Amino acid sequence: MIRLERLTKVFAGITAVSGVDMEVSAGEVCVLLGPSGCGKTTTMKMINRLISPTSGKVFIDGRDTDTLDEVTLRRSIGYVIQQIGLFPNKTVEENVCVVPKLLGWPAGKARARAGELLEMVNLDPAIFLSRYPKELSGGQQQRVGVARALAADPPVLLMDEPFGAIDPINREEIQDEFMRVQAALRKTVVFVSHDIDEAVKMASRIAIFRDGRIVQYDTPDRILAHPVDGFVADFVGSDRTLKRLRLTRVEDAMMKDPPRVRGEDTLETAAGLMEEHGHVSIVMVGPQGRARGVVRLESARGRQGVVAENHEKLPGVVHVRDDLRKAVSLMFTHDQTWLACVDEDGFYKGYVTQRGITHLLGATYREG
Amino acid sequence: MAAATMPGGVRRLASGLQGVGRVGLLALVFGLGALAQARGLLPSILQHSADVIYLVQQHMRLVLLSGALAILVGIPLGILLTRRGVRDYADAITQIVNLGTTIPTLAILALAMTVLGLGAPSAVFGLFVLTLLPIMLNTIAGLRSVPAYLVEAARGMGMTPWDILVQVEIPNALFVIMAGIRTALAINVGTAPLAFLIGGGGLGELIFTGIDLMEPGMLLAGAIPTALLAVLVDVLVGAAQYWFIPRGVNPLR
Repeated sequence: MIRLERLTKVFAGITAVSGVDMEVSAGEVCVLLGPSGCGKTTTMKMINRLISPTSGKVFIDGRDTDTLDEVTLRRSIGYVIQQIGLFPNKTVEENVCVVPKLLGWPAGKARARAGELLEMVNLDPAIFLSRYPKELSGGQQQRVGVARALAADPPVLLMDEPFGAIDPINREEIQDEFMRVQAALRKTVVFVSHDIDEAVKMASRIAIFRDGRIVQYDTPDRILAHPVDGFVADFVGSDRTLKRLRLTRVEDAMMKDPPRVRGEDTLETAAGLMEEHGHVSIVMVGPQGRARGVVRLESARGRQGVVAENHEKLPGVVHVRDDLRKAVSLMFTHDQTWLACVDEDGFYKGYVTQRGITHLLGATYREG
Repeated sequence: MAAATMPGGVRRLASGLQGVGRVGLLALVFGLGALAQARGLLPSILQHSADVIYLVQQHMRLVLLSGALAILVGIPLGILLTRRGVRDYADAITQIVNLGTTIPTLAILALAMTVLGLGAPSAVFGLFVLTLLPIMLNTIAGLRSVPAYLVEAARGMGMTPWDILVQVEIPNALFVIMAGIRTALAINVGTAPLAFLIGGGGLGELIFTGIDLMEPGMLLAGAIPTALLAVLVDVLVGAAQYWFIPRGVNPLR
């Protein structure tokens, strides 16, 4: 979708970007990551020619962008900046309609589109369309900023540290929202960031920049697991393996179709099942299959009675859609080495163990 | 706005004080009027009322003509001096224009007279030069105060330089530009009496003749309308500032 070929920019004798080659596939989020002054922003701005390259080429959808008029090019690329850049003299509606208006859409169509986009970013059009930017909070402003970039439905989106100026709590929320919108729209996104956590969260691929060159261009998991050199390793941090926990969902790490018992089962059955699977505890489920409690091997072995009268409370459960970081955090909180995993309706789906997670994270090192 | 955040008691006191101030002002005006009447000044002022009506019109023609010219030249010049390519020379050019304003107004009028001859055209030219600078300087200051990231966002979205100027730069600079017009026109009205000295007419006729004949009534018949016109122009431009500038960038609203 986007291909950069030996892209180079020299500012007054100083090389800001040097021979960058990269390709971003359609629907991917590519995060350009690196310390300030590494050339990531310059590289991004060469895509919509806010900065014209000294040499090298940019292809979008196979077309050399040099052959396009730069105004036409920019109208087909959504652009979001850190300072948000909503026009204070225009209402939210007028801001969102800027590009549709430039493209000559009829007013009614542009207006309908503005309302639709505000809903998409969780702002009530009835309240916000007629407001001015100064009447909005920072988080609301950047939501409008994202809506504005999406207004003419461009296939490509450039985002220059878009959430950098927003407080951490709102930032998480707006990142999640953006990912939800992105999952639905599948835009090709080039995203500049200096925040490794943000990059790991958003990226399909991360390009790590240093002194105007790409040091490593790979999936977040590969970057965290196999940094190519000391620079990348330092940049992603000494806790990089812990960061990988965010990349895997519980459902992809859990043991599925686990053994289970019902309330009316005898302790003998429970003990038998545990011994068969080599477990020291087993989850008790309700009649529909919802996780209800747990029976321990030492309290079941050699005793009479039914499970319903001998179970304990479950020491914490984790949602199958949560990431492994949350699972590990819950294990530490409850001093457990395993957790029962449930879906959104509370049905027992499987379990994760500390050993299982360790094994999963270690898999990539054993291959290599 | 400040009053809205004050506790009730303080607010009542403040509005009370305001009321006292208003009554005081009225009393002062009434007192001065009575004094003027008692000393025979008021009748001597009013005896010029026919002249005043004619001269006010002439005065306003001078102001409007020179002011309009200054706006029509000053704003485009200010815009030009903030464009890419010219921007680097802007400081040098404004310095030269600045130097122009250090020349006393009277001298400018005299110089204009030597070229354009006696009469209204030289007066209009002199007033135009005087009014031009604040308008141009405020246009430059206003446009420069538009944050660079706004212009970049506009460029990144595919606006042409003209779109950016009309949709982003001017609306965001408008408050400062209009403040310049407001100041410039107030100065213009107050300086226009000098036009009389080069045969340009206006309320200066009553003021300077009044001084020469040592007739305070005549002098005031020129000076008071001049002051009232200055206030009127200020109020009008102020109202335009309030209503024409988009709410999002209007500090008055």
